[in-house]
This record gives sequence, structure tokens and C-alpha cells, in this order.
Amino acid sequence: MKSNEAMTKLPANPERATLEGKNKFLGFWFFLGGETVLFASLFGVYLGLRNATNGGVTANELFELPLVFIATMLLLTSSLTSVFATMALKTNHFKRMIGWFVVTGLLGLGFLGLEIYEFNHYVHEYGHTIKSSAWGSAFYTLVGTHGAHVFMGISWITLLIIRNLRRGMDLYTAPKFYLFALYWHFIDVVWIFIFTVVYLMGKVG
Amino acid sequence: MSAHAYKKKNPVWDWLTTVDHKKIGILYLASGAFFFLIGGLEAILLRVQLLYPEFDFVGAETFNQLLTMHGTTMIFLAAMPLIFGFMNAIVPLQIGARDVAFPFVNSLGFWLFTAGGILLNLGWFLGGAPDAGWTGYAPLSTTSPGNGVDFYVLGLQISGIGTLIGGINFLVTIINMRAPGMTFMRMPLFTWSSFITSGLILFAFPALTIGLALLMFDRLFGSQFFAAEAGGNPIIYEHLFWIFGHPEVYILVLPAFGMFSEIIATFARKRLFGYSAMVFATALIGFLGFMVWVHHMFTVGLGPIANSIFAVATMLIAVPTGVKIFNWLFTMWGGKVSFPTANLFAVGFIPSFVLGGMTGVMLSVPPADYQYHDSYFVVAHFHYVIVGGVVFGLFAGMYYWWPKIFGTVLNEFLGKLHFWLFFIGFHLTFFPMHFLGLMGMPRRVYTYLSGQSLDEANFAATMGAFLMGLATIIMVWNIIQTSVKGKKAGNDPWDGRTLEWAISSPAPEYNFAQTPLVRGLDAWWLEKRAGNTQMVAAEPLDDIHMPDSSILPVLLSLGLFTAALSAIYSNWVLAIGGLALAALSMILRSVIDYHGYHIHKEDLPAEGREDK
Repeated sequence: MKSNEAMTKLPANPERATLEGKNKFLGFWFFLGGETVLFASLFGVYLGLRNATNGGVTANELFELPLVFIATMLLLTSSLTSVFATMALKTNHFKRMIGWFVVTGLLGLGFLGLEIYEFNHYVHEYGHTIKSSAWGSAFYTLVGTHGAHVFMGISWITLLIIRNLRRGMDLYTAPKFYLFALYWHFIDVVWIFIFTVVYLMGKVG
Repeated sequence: MSAHAYKKKNPVWDWLTTVDHKKIGILYLASGAFFFLIGGLEAILLRVQLLYPEFDFVGAETFNQLLTMHGTTMIFLAAMPLIFGFMNAIVPLQIGARDVAFPFVNSLGFWLFTAGGILLNLGWFLGGAPDAGWTGYAPLSTTSPGNGVDFYVLGLQISGIGTLIGGINFLVTIINMRAPGMTFMRMPLFTWSSFITSGLILFAFPALTIGLALLMFDRLFGSQFFAAEAGGNPIIYEHLFWIFGHPEVYILVLPAFGMFSEIIATFARKRLFGYSAMVFATALIGFLGFMVWVHHMFTVGLGPIANSIFAVATMLIAVPTGVKIFNWLFTMWGGKVSFPTANLFAVGFIPSFVLGGMTGVMLSVPPADYQYHDSYFVVAHFHYVIVGGVVFGLFAGMYYWWPKIFGTVLNEFLGKLHFWLFFIGFHLTFFPMHFLGLMGMPRRVYTYLSGQSLDEANFAATMGAFLMGLATIIMVWNIIQTSVKGKKAGNDPWDGRTLEWAISSPAPEYNFAQTPLVRGLDAWWLEKRAGNTQMVAAEPLDDIHMPDSSILPVLLSLGLFTAALSAIYSNWVLAIGGLALAALSMILRSVIDYHGYHIHKEDLPAEGREDK
């Protein structure tokens, strides 16, 4: 473990300083391109089925914006903290980066908790399930796929922090953390669309 | 996992754990060939059922399963892996790279594909194969009894993930791993088409992933996406399937176009006519490929505006395709053309594919399409483009690159016999189908009545299928004979133009002892014309870094395979166990450091060195 972080000299953009880092950087951007099509397909399906309530509860009756607002704030803040982590990564402050990533993960966990509460609430209070209507199927699949991505992200950053806590920052570990930050931003952007298309349009659309 | 010395490994373990792109290429080719034979056998059984009117050979139920599995197998389990096989075996050599960008991901892609392919075929032994057509349209697929369609959904899902990550790997490889001097506009056409195909894979496959996932939810978890009675909409599935499905056609045929471009130029002993037009046409076909999916759904009733827009976009594709056809013809024009088997397939492709393209333009006209839709005319059309384009390309590529991949030359006499029997059989099978379709014979129906003038053409089609079967047996015999006692190939048996012919056959583990310096298009041809016997090196001889092999791709694929198979039988404990194995493999991959190892420069054979 390097106690004096300023002593280790890393080049600018350490996440892309090696060929391996460059490959991962580019490959991950492509992966996110594929993910975009994945979510775009789900959004298309959702838009096609959002009024297919099968005589059951409608979006306007179901959604409570205060809860969704808190969840949105948690996730947006986590995106900000992951930016702080990336800035620490670029300036080679390993401990500060880990600290911000821990905050990011915790905020993500809070978001996930609210989402589980929300789903549970809908199922038990309103009988709104994946089977109850085509809209229900589309809602749980779109929002649930996003939630699964958040869960995946939290597991990923937890594993990265545990594995690399004692190793510090170098050209080998920098790409690993950087890619997580990219992924986390992507999840955030998707949520902004979900907030708009699912919740806002559900309330007023 | 620290650096270790190069040592001999157990061959079985070696093949299971290899991350060498050349070995993974051979694995892809072998499993693709295996599934190609199965898909071909299914086709012959289909044709025997249709030999005579009201013939009872396999019956309606088995016919539906054979039909579904023939299409699914040929597209996903034969053509895709064979193309990935050639991409793996050849692309890194053509760009002067030692390896692909992500060797581990490459191996994972192969094993996921294999796991999915096996799962898909397990239906045959576990109560019935999928029977809802290769398109798996809802509600036919959501209401199909038994587990057949579950094997389709989950098998394709797993192999689709493998294909997707394979595509990402090739995109990054081609962008980041090119040798010095190998600019984009000096890349061989096969590399170019592999690059564009990989981009299409990246943007097309996720739509299929979603379509299949929704189908799975409807079948396994009772969701209502495609259940019209609960407000669902089955047309959504058709959209998702074809948003993937149409680019898939170009995913298959563009690499074949790339192969023809190399082969025709090599055997005309001329530079490819209109190189930059070829590159542009390939990119344009790839782009337009995403704009035309509704032409598969003209009869759904989306309205005249939607149909017209997609019809015009479809007709547009004929323009870049025509550019390619003429460029191939002009490449041969004035060249010193020779006709070994590889070039026979390449030249035989041109008229065959033009016929398929013509019927494609006919089908792109919506009012006419109402007549052709779901008839044998469509069957004739897509077999002309897929067999006449993709399969001819794969055969041409096989005869052309076999020496580089295996170090031996396929027998030319048997090869030519293979070509002529296959070529005649192909046209005998599919040409009459145009007329069957125009006379009103619907596709996907297991029999027909006599006295409707359908007898002779169906009989001829079945005879053609037998000829293609015979041709394939001769090809297999050729492969076996060549593997046992084939003639050793030189490094450059065809007097080739591109980098792969500058190194030994088969290529050494590290491909290039020294990264070559590329000085123009057709890099190796240029050096030969300049009197050089090998490429100029771009770096001094040094130790070569190699990636670590790993068993984790096999374990991860096994985990997903177990999870999918258990989910089909609702054994959730075992399903979670399978997912846990997959997750554990991913965690291990992240936690363990793979530093690779070095081949020391003293250990390189003398022929790999440049004398200074």
C-alpha cells in the first residue's frame, strides 16, 4: 500500500494510458451503445402498451410522485458523487476516489431499497403485477431491467473496492474504476428517461 | 497466475481453455460445420416430405419442428459461427495484430454460442423441438404447447449474448490493434466487412434480446405482452424481431461480400476495382439495413405511408449492392483470371446472387408483395441470397483460407466436383420455387394436393436437395482426406495480396514475430512486387506478450446453460445454482489478475526473424 499518494506519478488519463486500458475504454463505450438499443427497445414496448391497463389500475392512480422524486434525487446525486470519484481518479487521489465510490454505492442502495418498496407496494396495495395487464408487464420489465442494472452496478463497485483497496491506483486498476463510473452514468441517463416517460407521462400524459 | 514459461499442455484442456484467436476460429468453424450438417439433414427431410403430393414421410407435427429448426440452425448456429470462425482466423492476421483486443471475451463468446446451440437442439430429445417457425411469431410461439419454444427462446438468448460480445471484440480489435501503416483505407475488404458486420451485430442483437426476453416472460412468468385479450400486442414482437432480423441478413452476407472481394482480386491477379466505392457501399448497405425492417411486415396493415417509406428504403439498397456487383465484374475484366474451387464459388455467386437481388426488388413493392407474401416465392428469394450469397461465400472462403488455417490444401478435383454438384443442385432446388410461389403454394405447409400443377416443380426441388446433399458429402470426404493426408501448403499458395499470406501456414501462436510495417493497400503484394520476401518489420525483435488461457468461459457458459435448462422445467433451485456458477465465474475473472506470459525472443524459430 502506498501511503503517500502524491509520490506515485501517473500519466494524464491513466484509464487510457495502456493498450489494455484503451481497449477496455472503447469496448465499454460500444457495450453501452448496445445497452442503448436494449433500453430503447424496452421504451418502445412501454410506449406501445402504456394504456393497456386491462381494466385495472391506471398510471395516474398508481404513481406517487414524492416517492419517485426521492428515488430520482438519490440516483442523480450518486451520479454526481461518481463524477467526484472520477476527478479523484484523474488527479491520482486513490483514497478520495474510494470514498466517493462508497458514497455512490450507498446512494444506489438507497435507490434500490425505494424501488423494492415501491414494487411491493404496487403489488400488495393495488394488485398491479406483471400478470395483471400488458401495461403491468411493460412497467415491471422496463423499470425492473433498470433496477437489475443498478443492482449489478452496486455489486460491481463493491467487488472492485474490496479487491483493490490495498493496491492503490496504477495503470492496471484505473481502467477498472473508470469503466464503472461510465456504467453508472449510463444507468442514470436511463433513469431520467424512465422518470419522464413512465412517471411524468403517467401522471399527466 | 503469475508469468509462467511456455509449456506443452494436455490437448483437451488446451482446447477448452484456449484464448488464441486462431484456435477459437477453428472451434467456431468445427461447431458451425457440425450444425450446418444437422441443418442440411433437416432440409433434406423437409424436401422428402414434399417429394409427392399428400406424401406421408414425417407428418405435419415433425415437419413444423424440422422447418423451425432448419431455419434457426442455419442462421444462428451454422452461418453465424462459420462467419465468426473466419473472422477469428483471418482478421487479426490481415491487420497485422498478434491477437484480438479481448482474448478472454473471444473465448467466452464461443462457449456461450455453443451452450446456446446445444440447448436449442436439446428439444429434439426432450419432448419436441421448437415448432413456431424461425421467426417465433407471437401468439403462435406464446401458445405453443410443450417446452419446444422455451428451448428456442433460451438457446437463442444465450448464443445471442455470445455473438454480441464477439461483435464488440472485433470492433475494438479492428480500431485499436492495427499494425503501423494499416490505415482504415488500407484494410482488406474482408476486414472492412467484418468491421461493419460487428457494428450491425452490436446495434441489432439487443432488439432480439428484448424480443426473446418478452417471449420468455409471457411463456414462463405469465406476463401479457403479446396476449391481445389482455391488452397486449403481438405486432410488437414482429417489430422487435425484424429490427434485429433484417440487419441480421446483412450481418451474414457482408462478410461473404468481403471474402468474394479478396478471392476475386487474388485470382484475377488485379487490384480490387473501386476499393473505396466498395468500402462505401458496404457501409451504406449496413446503414440502410436498419431502415427496412417493415418490408417483412407489409401485409400486417401498418398503412400506405409506412409501407411506402420502407419500400423506397428497401429499393435503395439495390444501388450499393449493384455497385458491388459491377466492381467484382470490373475486377475480373482484363485480369489473368484462374478458376480454382475458391474462385468458382466466388464467380458462381455473382449470377446466383443477382437473381436473389432481383426478386428482392420485386418483393420490395408493397402491392406486389401482397401476392408473394408467405408463398414459395419468398422461400426462393431468401435462399437465393442466403445460399447463393452466404453459403457460396463460406465455401469459397473455406477453399481459399484452408491452407492458412490448417496448413494443408484441399483437394481441387473433389472441390470442383463439390462446386458443380452444389451449384446445379442449388438452382434445381430453388429456381422452381419461384414458380411454385407464383402459382400460390404457401410456405411452411407440410403438404400439397395433386392436380394443381405443383407436382413436377416440387419433385425437381427435392432432387436438387439430394444433389446438394451429395455435394456436401463430397466436401466432408475432401475435408477428412485432407486432414489425414493432405498436401502441405506453402506460406502463400495463391500468390495472395494481403498480410495473412506473409506468414507461415498455419500461423504461429504469436502471428507476427515482429509487427509488420504496412506501406499501402494490398500490403503483401506491394512488398512482393518490390522484390521483398517478407514484410518490413515495424519494431525490433523482442519478447512477445501472450494472454493467459482460462477455463472460466466454459464454467460461465455451463452456469447459464444449467440455469436456462432448469428454468424450462421450473426447477428454480437448480436455476439459481446455475446463475450462481455464472456469477462466481465473473467474480473470479474480476478478482484474479491475468498478467499473461512472454515468449522469449531466443525461443522464436529462426525463420521468424529478419536477418539484419
